[in-house]
Amino acid sequence: MFPVTGTDLTATLSRSTFTGLRCKECGHPYEAGARHVCEDVCFGPLEVVYDYDAIRSRVSRATIEAGPTSIWRYREFLPVEGDPIDVGTGFTPLLKADRLARRLGLSSLYIKNDGVNMPTLSFKDRVVSVALTRARELGFTTVSCASTGNLANSTAAIAAHAGLECCVFIPSDLELGKVLGTLVYNPTLMAVKGNYDQVNRLCSEVANTYGWGFVNINLRPYYSEGSKTLGYEVIEQLGWQLPDHIVAPLASGSLFTKIRKGFDEFIKVGLVEEKPVRFSGAQAEGCSPIAQAFAAGRDFITPVKPNTIAKSIAIGNPADGPYAIDIANRTGGTIAAVTDEEIIDGIKLLAEMEGVFTETAGGTTIAVLKKLVEQGKIDPSETTVAYITGNGLKTTEAIASCIGAPYTIEPQLASFNAAWAQSQASHGSKAAPA
Amino acid sequence: MAIQVLIPTPLQKFTNDEASVNLEAASIDGLLQALEGRYPGIQARLCDENGKLRRFLNLYVNSEDIRFLDNQATVLSDGDEVSIVPAVAGG
Repeated sequence: MFPVTGTDLTATLSRSTFTGLRCKECGHPYEAGARHVCEDVCFGPLEVVYDYDAIRSRVSRATIEAGPTSIWRYREFLPVEGDPIDVGTGFTPLLKADRLARRLGLSSLYIKNDGVNMPTLSFKDRVVSVALTRARELGFTTVSCASTGNLANSTAAIAAHAGLECCVFIPSDLELGKVLGTLVYNPTLMAVKGNYDQVNRLCSEVANTYGWGFVNINLRPYYSEGSKTLGYEVIEQLGWQLPDHIVAPLASGSLFTKIRKGFDEFIKVGLVEEKPVRFSGAQAEGCSPIAQAFAAGRDFITPVKPNTIAKSIAIGNPADGPYAIDIANRTGGTIAAVTDEEIIDGIKLLAEMEGVFTETAGGTTIAVLKKLVEQGKIDPSETTVAYITGNGLKTTEAIASCIGAPYTIEPQLASFNAAWAQSQASHGSKAAPA
Repeated sequence: MAIQVLIPTPLQKFTNDEASVNLEAASIDGLLQALEGRYPGIQARLCDENGKLRRFLNLYVNSEDIRFLDNQATVLSDGDEVSIVPAVAGG
């Protein structure tokens, strides 16, 4: 079934706070249907337009605090009309990371831990909850996506909950945890022999012909708005204040721009006092087209072919890269890249210091955080938030050979005594020798 | 050179709803001109006022992004397939 258009849509939109779509580049207006590019003028990306006066009149800190403990406490800022698909997504912990802060030499560091987001342990549950709510409103019965793994997990799970048919596309070389974590929901899963950018190209062609709701293609304007909630939650969890500096991973660049939009919207409707916030982005060296452009002072992206263990952020042709560069430049932030070895060290550092097990994207963020502190690009006095977007249990292959092994012992005290003595003698590592 | 061009949905209003068209061209620049010749107005959607492809459009020759080839000067061979794909986000 194809999306509703015209008068039906106008009538239903009157109940919501969003009024339509508009080209982010040229401003050309569009109806709030299933479309994602400025097809009448410049092919720029479309974004949702809101009535901020209406939002301001309906929302206060108190109304938000009285809402559900999910992203839907911010529903006036999200592009849906009716009842949302609420699977408990969002309102994840903002952890005060004192041990990691001391290790790095920072005074006030927080970890926004979307590795424990619901239902599939990554920030993608936010965007998919919004996209599938809107997909249902637009009349789609089959939903789909091109994914580096996390989005596939989330789309399959939330589609199952909502009773939507689901067909998702992934590169064929993904980690086993991400493949199983999709298949268990029983979607149709297409493992494409190619990298993510090739999967995306294929999906654009499928979307042209099958009439499905692709969360990251024809539903993208709605989908991407879900990431704004990562901005709202940090403000609320900091006691209705903005941080001084944020560090987030960059794949397509969308998350980064939407955290900024979330901050800007809360300022605009008077929920938080304005102050400068620096935005810094993290990439893996093996796929760093945005970091390369930033370093070269370019405002355009030259695509690359990914080669990194950080598969969840391995997008060689990042659609929102130019916007991410603009935000980093405007806010006095930076965009940096780290090696695969530094990413592994980042995963281990976060786990050992804070008890948070993140996947490779989170390792990238922590490694870049460390690098920026060492380079003096994060002031030790700044209140800094590092966004951890996914769970380490999904990418165990990445660290399996880097974290040692257990001591295998007999069920006898003497055996334990010997192993304990051995563990105490090995400086630094508590794991058994390989 | 006979080239097959895959047209994305937003541009099919120019091609009488055809998702695939066949044209003669020896390069991407030549292909853009050939498209304009047959479907007047389409070039202004694809290119800016300087004739440069819009930054949110990706062109592929036999699945290879033209930015890994020779951009708009990329030479085409008989039987090549060119896809026009608007940029998408995701992950």
